[in-house]
Amino acid sequence: MKPGRKTRTRWHGDTDLAVLKPFNFSPAGSVQDLLFSRWMANFSPRSLLVIGLLFCLWPSFAVAQGNYSFTQALDALWRWLPFIVTKGFALNLLVSFFTMLVGTIAGVLLGLGQISPLRPLARFSWLITQLFRNSPWLVLLFIVMLALPFEIQIGDTIYPIPDWLKAVFGLSLPIMANISEIVRGAIMSVPTGQWEASESLAYSRNQTLWLVILPQCFKRMIPPWMNWYAILTMATPLISLLGVEDIVTLSRQAMEAEDNHPELLVPFFGFTLIIFFAYCYPIARYTISLEKRFVVNQ
Amino acid sequence: MTNNDWTPDQALVSIRDVYKSFGDLEVLKGVSLDVMKGEVICIIGPSGSGKSTLIRCVNALNTIDSGSIKVEGLEVHDPGLNKLELRKRVGMVFQQYNLFPHKTALENIMMAPLKVLKQPQAEVEERAHKLIKRVNLGGKENSYPGELSGGQQQRVAIARSLAMNPDVMLFDEVTAALDPETVNEVLLAIKDLAQDGMTCILVTHEMGFAREVADHIYFTDRGVIVEHGPPATFFTEARDPRTREFLSQIL
Repeated sequence: MKPGRKTRTRWHGDTDLAVLKPFNFSPAGSVQDLLFSRWMANFSPRSLLVIGLLFCLWPSFAVAQGNYSFTQALDALWRWLPFIVTKGFALNLLVSFFTMLVGTIAGVLLGLGQISPLRPLARFSWLITQLFRNSPWLVLLFIVMLALPFEIQIGDTIYPIPDWLKAVFGLSLPIMANISEIVRGAIMSVPTGQWEASESLAYSRNQTLWLVILPQCFKRMIPPWMNWYAILTMATPLISLLGVEDIVTLSRQAMEAEDNHPELLVPFFGFTLIIFFAYCYPIARYTISLEKRFVVNQ
Repeated sequence: MTNNDWTPDQALVSIRDVYKSFGDLEVLKGVSLDVMKGEVICIIGPSGSGKSTLIRCVNALNTIDSGSIKVEGLEVHDPGLNKLELRKRVGMVFQQYNLFPHKTALENIMMAPLKVLKQPQAEVEERAHKLIKRVNLGGKENSYPGELSGGQQQRVAIARSLAMNPDVMLFDEVTAALDPETVNEVLLAIKDLAQDGMTCILVTHEMGFAREVADHIYFTDRGVIVEHGPPATFFTEARDPRTREFLSQIL
């Protein structure tokens, strides 16, 4: 008999839509939501070598078209590289940090809202979570970019809102929704016996949540949380579609400055791929290793 | 709400005509029983007969549909019940121990008196050390539940519950999940409590133990109390055929 659990999940049950099904949090071990990290972490060092080799060979097939040589393209890349990295990629990272910060704070609140005993609050939080979890990120970005004013006036001062900050809010929405599900799932994955034992020891609901349940959830939430950070980081080039001067936008501007030779495409975008990979791959590996460690500890 | 007329010579736990169903499933169909201070009662019966539900109702983990339950005059069935007051008086130990895995044995015992009752640290710590020795776990103060055997965990759970200084203890099949060789150490801890005068309500399958420690035995089947009596006569002079059948299967 686990009536508590039943009532908490009951109203998710009346749907056939896969997207509306409750998020099944499996504690570290067989985590479906880590598929991405797992896929990424599965690259063995040897396969990385092969990918690298392919990259080096590829241009030798492509260059034949013009008189602009591959070496010239590489030279161009080399010239622009500091600019692309320190101005472009740095902005991608900045956006990813702030998005994760805002998304995590909002997501934790929303996740706690989902398990609130106040029915209207729980339903509202659930609705918001599902809404933003199942919307295309680009559409959310467009809406936020267009809906937010480009400046706000406080008193007599006018503060411009930079594009990248708007992008942060846009990307925060899906992150918030997914963190919300991580929080809810982690809380639900704690056995109901923990709630009952706390209840019988006269803990209030809030004391139970903060002293007993959440400390147990914390570790379980770290791997999926990092997983979402990696996914988010790789989604940040979406903001280039909105004119934010991120790595992709700056790469395109650099290529234009180099007369738009088609030979530039592979080195420039190839470099973008590599730098994202170099940043995200260690995160994916670290996520997997944390996940394994927590399995052992639990 | 609180019946202040309660005096220790009245039943400490008084259950009257309690009905409870989960959806269409009627689990309790008019159960009544009284437990006096210092009394040890055992509830036995086939699984699904409602014995666990009954004791869970005593500390309001389950609500009842009708009837009344009083603990020291506190009306448990009252929707405006002060649960804190009830749970200070009623301790409970579960089949699955339910220790907090992120806290050491000692912290498990000390947490509720510190955080819920706001008692002073030094006093709670002293009591916790005494309790952990009382359940024979001296030296395991700083072990985490994951490092303890089932029997050890269950004894920590008993100590944790005792740390709240309850007036009555509920034991819900506390040995059912244990390895056979660790059952005895837990039963010993409970027996020690019972001999110390703690009021206990036990749901158990350990007939030998029930016979040894119980003042009164209740046999439940399909949501009603079929038969009850002191152990001396209950096991040998059962009259109801259902009781006899159950006893013949289990003894």
